[in-house]
Amino acid sequence: MLSAMLGEAWHAMGANRMRTALTMLGMVIGVGSVVLMMAIGQGAQYAVAQTISTMGSNLYIVISGSTSTGGVRSGGGGGPTLTVADAEAIATLDGVLNVAPVHQGTQQIVHGPNNWSSTVVGTTPPYLEARAWTITDGYPFGESDVRSATRVALIGQTAATNLFGAEDPLGQTIRIRQSPFLVIGVLGKKGQNLDGRDQDDTVIIPLTTAQRKVFGNPFPGAVRLIMVQANSPESMPAVETSVTALLRQRHRLRDGQDNDFFLRNLAAAADSAAETTRVMSVLLGAIASVSLLVGGIGIMNIMLVSVTERTREIGIRLAIGARRKDILSQFLLEALMISVAGCLIGLVLGLGGALLVNSLTNMAIVVSGAAVLVAFGVAAGIGIFFGYYPAHRAAALDPIEALRHQ
Amino acid sequence: MTEPAIRVVGLGKSYATAAGDFPALKGVDLAIAAGEFVAIMGPSGSGKSTFMNLLGCLDTASCGDYFLTGRNVARLTGDELAAVRNQTIGFVFQGFNLLPRMSLEDNVALPLVYAGAERAARRAAARQQLARVGLADYAASLPSRISGGQQQRVAIARALVNSPRLLLADEPTGNLDSHTSEEIMRIFCDLNREGITVVLVTHENDIAAFAQRQVRFRDGLIVSDAPTPRTADAAC
Repeated sequence: MLSAMLGEAWHAMGANRMRTALTMLGMVIGVGSVVLMMAIGQGAQYAVAQTISTMGSNLYIVISGSTSTGGVRSGGGGGPTLTVADAEAIATLDGVLNVAPVHQGTQQIVHGPNNWSSTVVGTTPPYLEARAWTITDGYPFGESDVRSATRVALIGQTAATNLFGAEDPLGQTIRIRQSPFLVIGVLGKKGQNLDGRDQDDTVIIPLTTAQRKVFGNPFPGAVRLIMVQANSPESMPAVETSVTALLRQRHRLRDGQDNDFFLRNLAAAADSAAETTRVMSVLLGAIASVSLLVGGIGIMNIMLVSVTERTREIGIRLAIGARRKDILSQFLLEALMISVAGCLIGLVLGLGGALLVNSLTNMAIVVSGAAVLVAFGVAAGIGIFFGYYPAHRAAALDPIEALRHQ
Repeated sequence: MTEPAIRVVGLGKSYATAAGDFPALKGVDLAIAAGEFVAIMGPSGSGKSTFMNLLGCLDTASCGDYFLTGRNVARLTGDELAAVRNQTIGFVFQGFNLLPRMSLEDNVALPLVYAGAERAARRAAARQQLARVGLADYAASLPSRISGGQQQRVAIARALVNSPRLLLADEPTGNLDSHTSEEIMRIFCDLNREGITVVLVTHENDIAAFAQRQVRFRDGLIVSDAPTPRTADAAC
């Protein structure tokens, strides 16, 4: 029975090829655009999630606050209000996993005939843990290097490529501000951060070395920022409160006086970036869904035309013993075949389009099985939903009226 | 007394029109024994087509009862009527009513699709019926490739494919020339001789002459019911 009906549906579709093809085209475009837009949206979400994961999790950055000297106000990070001692005090607070004081700036780095401008980060060993930064080659520096201000450096991938080319940087010497540094480790690749800055264009050196040899700090012990990692997302609000209280106390700020530091929640920034791409992805999907809906309406339209054209055929079928449900399923099956066939073609075109976008623009593309399944399910649903009304009309015809129809 | 193939009691049908209910059939009593060959006659508007549609279970009566081989089918629901149309009755139309996109074989096999038969069984039965009406060689043709008389023979083959005991024909020769009409009537005669009850509607006397009994309708009522006078030429 089913095979006979499938055969008939196939015949009916073939009887008016142009019309069937055009109706199908609506579904092809609908499904194709949903698949493509979902791939792009999910790709963007994936790219942001990747970037966020390179930042390190549950991070706060404490930046020294603005100062005002004779009416001239400096921006954040301008005043020497944060110290290594502040960082050590924060490390003793509950819920704090890692604390790393950071003194960083851009410096020209020289190796042999090559030179390259890179971000030099002076910090302590917990920095690598807080940023979840691995060493691919060599080893990191330790607390003793910080204590004795040794001239060792960990080099990021971009800096290494520009200074050493294909050479192995490990064990080589680079010069920062005339001081020679021994490269003891190569940092793992991280890619861009949320601002689009290349995180691999970095050289990490002990904090004390940076303060004394590179940046020549006029305020000994002062740092630009302190990176604080909470031990869980849940403990972040408590850590924020206790860090603020501690620093206000240490900086002897009276009630009502503004903080002389800023606390920036990196997780919040990450969340907002993730939320932005999520909204974008939903919007893309929603817009594409409209074309799917239009495709469905196209199917309904053509099925209604088909039912009217084939009224006499329906009458004949009823007269020789077709039940209402036979007629209903015949037309439903036709609608379903058009929509599913359109869906399959649309799926192929959508995936092809996604690959094309990927190869042309380097945009991240993620095609999840779930998205494909959803597109397929929705197309089948549309076939049934928009095919039901015409099929129902066909099945409700009176046999005698239908037979008289010319 | 054995139960007749068809027995209707007080069968009536009214149509709702703008001017109120119009009674097309005003309570008809008739019994047709198994194996009979009956011609239903009457001018247009006499109610004979309405009566035929009721006999063919294409329509439901407004009042009265219809016993088809003893079973009252006047109160059946749509799907039950569909089963009766499919299994018990073969119906032949004036306009042939073949599906134009299907081969003759598929046309003939279509009732078997709704009866739920397997593909191989459908093919075999359709070929057998096509052979019975002398069109075995045209199984794969489309209806538009053959003549009107041949199309009507295919329609008869389709009506016979489920081996019904009752064959109803609504002006089966109305669209055919007299020579072809006689060929078609010969087929009905042969089928009747094999034991199939045949009821046909016609307004032509020489077509009705093939039947053994003629029932005349006028204004929704039966006005005469008599055996066909035996003459030399026509008759089966």
